Amino acid sequence: MLHDRDRIFRNLYGFHDAGLKAAISRGAWDGTKAFIDKGHDWIIDEVKKSGLRGRGGAGFPTGLKWSFMPKADPRPSYLVINADESEPGSCKDREILRHDPHLLIEGALLASFAMRAHTSYIYVRGEYIREREALQRAIDEAYAARLIGKGNVHGWDFDLYVHHGAGAYICGEETAMLESLEGKKGQPRLKPPFPANVGLYGAPTTVNNVESIAVAGDILRRGATWFADLGLPNNTGTKLFQISGHVERPCVVEEEMGIPMRELIEKHCGGVTGGWDNLLAVIPGGSSVRCITAEQATDVTMDFDALGKLGSGLGTAAVIVMDKSTDIIAAIRRIAYFYKHESCGQCTPCREGTGWMWRVLERMERGEAEKREIDLLFEVTKQVEGHTICALGDAAAWPVQGLIKNFRPVIEARIDQYQKSHAREAAE
Amino acid sequence: MVKQLIIDGHPIEVEDGTTLMHACEAVGSEIPRFCYHERLSIAGNCRMCLVEVQGSPKPIASCAMLVNDLPPNKDGSPKIVSTNTPLVKKAREGVMEFLLINHPLDCPICDQGGECDLQDQAMAFGIGGSRYQENKRAVEEKNIGPLIKTMMTRCIHCTRCVRYMTEVAGVEELGLISRGEDAEITTYLENGILSEMSANVVDLCPVGALTHRPWAFNARPWEMTTTESVDVMDAVGSAIQIDTRGGAVMRILPRNNDAVNEEWISDKTRHVADGLKTQRLDQPYIRKNGRLEPATWDAALAKVAEKLKSAKPEGIGAIAGDLAGAEEMFALKDLLARFGASSFDCRQAGDKLDPKLGRGSYLFNASIEGIEQADAILIIGSNPRIEAPILNARIRKRWRAGGLKVATIGVKSDLTYPADYLGAGPETLLQVVNGQHPFAQVLKAAQHPMVIIGQGAFARADGLSVLSAAAKIALDVSVGKDPAWNGFNVLHTAAARVAGLDLGFVPGKGGKDVSAMLGGDMEFVYLLGADECDLAKLGSAFVVYQGSHGDVGAQRADVIFPGAAYTEKSATYVNTEGRAQQSLKAAFAPGEAKEDWTILRALSQRAGATLPYDTLQELRAAMYRAAPQLAMLDHVETRAVSGLETLAKLSGIMSSEPFTPAIKDFYLTNAIARASAVMAGMSALRSSHDQKLSAAE
Repeated sequence: MLHDRDRIFRNLYGFHDAGLKAAISRGAWDGTKAFIDKGHDWIIDEVKKSGLRGRGGAGFPTGLKWSFMPKADPRPSYLVINADESEPGSCKDREILRHDPHLLIEGALLASFAMRAHTSYIYVRGEYIREREALQRAIDEAYAARLIGKGNVHGWDFDLYVHHGAGAYICGEETAMLESLEGKKGQPRLKPPFPANVGLYGAPTTVNNVESIAVAGDILRRGATWFADLGLPNNTGTKLFQISGHVERPCVVEEEMGIPMRELIEKHCGGVTGGWDNLLAVIPGGSSVRCITAEQATDVTMDFDALGKLGSGLGTAAVIVMDKSTDIIAAIRRIAYFYKHESCGQCTPCREGTGWMWRVLERMERGEAEKREIDLLFEVTKQVEGHTICALGDAAAWPVQGLIKNFRPVIEARIDQYQKSHAREAAE
Repeated sequence: MVKQLIIDGHPIEVEDGTTLMHACEAVGSEIPRFCYHERLSIAGNCRMCLVEVQGSPKPIASCAMLVNDLPPNKDGSPKIVSTNTPLVKKAREGVMEFLLINHPLDCPICDQGGECDLQDQAMAFGIGGSRYQENKRAVEEKNIGPLIKTMMTRCIHCTRCVRYMTEVAGVEELGLISRGEDAEITTYLENGILSEMSANVVDLCPVGALTHRPWAFNARPWEMTTTESVDVMDAVGSAIQIDTRGGAVMRILPRNNDAVNEEWISDKTRHVADGLKTQRLDQPYIRKNGRLEPATWDAALAKVAEKLKSAKPEGIGAIAGDLAGAEEMFALKDLLARFGASSFDCRQAGDKLDPKLGRGSYLFNASIEGIEQADAILIIGSNPRIEAPILNARIRKRWRAGGLKVATIGVKSDLTYPADYLGAGPETLLQVVNGQHPFAQVLKAAQHPMVIIGQGAFARADGLSVLSAAAKIALDVSVGKDPAWNGFNVLHTAAARVAGLDLGFVPGKGGKDVSAMLGGDMEFVYLLGADECDLAKLGSAFVVYQGSHGDVGAQRADVIFPGAAYTEKSATYVNTEGRAQQSLKAAFAPGEAKEDWTILRALSQRAGATLPYDTLQELRAAMYRAAPQLAMLDHVETRAVSGLETLAKLSGIMSSEPFTPAIKDFYLTNAIARASAVMAGMSALRSSHDQKLSAAE
């Protein structure tokens, strides 16, 4: 279990003041100037050494991503911070935005400096209205205290803007976010070119998750080794876990990477409702990853690699716990509806496939299907996965694949039951 | 740099910047596609062009992947690309199935049937059956104007139409709204599309979502015979194909000609087709007691021959219209000259172009392709958007590439690209000539400056002075630059004009021009399809009208010779660049109407001055002797053409009258268009829209 002294987000629950003075008293903005004085590459190296992997879901090494930015380019560079936290189950970034915004602002300055960017945008999810206000308050404080802005005390001109989204899930995809920031319809771009070459307004851009940026300050303050020593090899540091669903006390908690899932649920959430044996399935990383069974959940650790091995993923570490009262078909059907609703409609497999998957699941939930359609459904998910412009196609396909892989007998039983009751009806 | 690849087992070297799709095609591997189009930006959204690339777990959209973006193999060996593996086959089948699940199975009643990309590719790459059991999506029709019929349920969201309207036509009126499976293509508030070249979206649409409303349910593609020809609706000379069935023109489509129209045509070019069936002159008429009465060819020819023979040479005149072919202009001049006539004019709008100055004084010298080299353009008295929409699209294409400055003098108008408005008339022009105007510096600084002058600037009494001023600018700003570049460009509006000037169909010694002929003291006037001048002023002259449509000219005529329209004869037209092109005969002229040169040949015999050619080939041989440039089909003189210096030296006084528009109504510029119900509908729509706009202001 993570020691209190190793916590990065010391006001995660908003028990203390989120303002600048209180944030400074908790350690934010301490030594920032000194880090900047050590130069762009020092910061990138430290972050590389810390082993920090992107907290937005894909887990790409953050320091490496920063190093892709061009070092001498006539165009301006941009840092775009993805606060469009819309994945069902995820609710970590909002805690940072409203309770520890100064960690984010400091991280934004450090990351922008490391990537030679003078401007950064924070793209806040449309529904996060209070969060946006809290963040804006903190940014205003930082400007007033000349921590950021032109001619600030750190000697690196830096402007930070908050952009409020309009509530589309797809705008959380990095290139769709850039389109949206530019004032266009939020549709993902083709890659390559990658944002580090051609990003916002055609200039080099890096898009990072809120949490990835917010931990940067503490990594530099306490040293890369401190961060790298926490967690497991290749899965270092601390992480905000968000546990929802059938647990006694759903919560957001900062923990070491690689904590066993069972420990996470039992220590922080009071366990699964009705006890661990009542567990049916867990979606470990937000609605887009494949679910795992109770059996798999018993001894899996919460990190990118262990969950990846199970065919699932850590994602944003949004753990959705489902006990045995859950209709797993209905649950996945609801997720399928979500992706059907949020598909941008740009490319064919996702636009057409998400609706197909959802409609078949609607029938399967009632049992009104043929057993061969299970294989058909699986094939449809395979036709979507990997064939689309962005990862939403994959995100829509995986939950359904998880359902079929792990709970095929449940679907078959539902179909049998439906056919039996309808056979009786027909006979009567 | 050159990149080595192995595609389907064939090693190939391709240049950086090539897309994977083109690399695959270079080795002969066909790549299916829906959204990709050579002349539009890359969307990469249909996902039909997926190919397998060594080292990539996912198939890659080949239309959007540049070969230089492919990461190299670690050992430096060429990347292996496959288009025929099970992975690719599966991917194509998957995409095809997705496209078809919500596509209606209404091919039997769909006008796209037989030339439908979806149909063809479903046959080639699909799985041949349907596994989708849910209800299909239905999408409401959109009303986007009288030219384009929508059936949006068939739409596969390739967004070609959206990209075309935004990028090529420059009218941002089509868009994709909503998202996911609710995404729809529509216009803003279901407005009709107001563009002069909107119907090209129908050609671009790979399915039957957008079809031609005027031809709906008329014909199947496999029933029609295709004839390749050229367009005469403006002086651009777009390449067209004329599709006929049983002798009737069913539709007109664009053909590819990179030098002229790329693959676009204007809405008038395309939808004038119904005008070929109405208001046709299908037999000769003779005016008796003030009324035109049907007559036999024999009687009509005899009457005209008699009048011609008795007329005084100085009382004989001829005016050639905007659609006349070079052959009949040549024959007419040849014939009347035998009776001593010298009053000829092919410039019925009163243009002050003078062929004696040299060919360079009346051509679009930089050529249409040359526009893509221009870096500054001054447009004088012209609105290319309605006078030559396809040429205007080329300017827009150049503007989109960046670094082009455009300015206009004349009537302020929306050209689909930003243009500085300098002023209304000759006074502003004079400032540019004198170098006082800041835009003169822009032209001077440009490597390839262009001056485009339109009929609005030279179809006026001081037209020659205006032309001279424009020529002076073009010469002044080209000093010390690319000697092969000629930046003086005359933008004509009539298909017949350049050939007429080439043939010297202008007043000879002591001859009269159009305005003098309209002075009322002519004895015998021959109108070769001339409808666009004030014929009431012809006074008591005996008027012969030879043409295809019963328009103004036919109403004034004493004898009517029914001729052939441009789809019904092989004739030579020279476009504004000086490019000679031949139309081909796609259909027969109706009733007793004849090909135009044969009428003149018959008349010459009756009049006792037989023209020395019995076939079209003999006529052409004679014509080529008189104007050799007409023999060089599809050829443009590339080097600087003569005549510019002479024109520039003329100078002269310009009045202060502002330049006027050369075309008042884009849709009704000639007799065929005025006979077309579709064009009339478009004209009414446009004027009601303009009224709404001015009411709103």
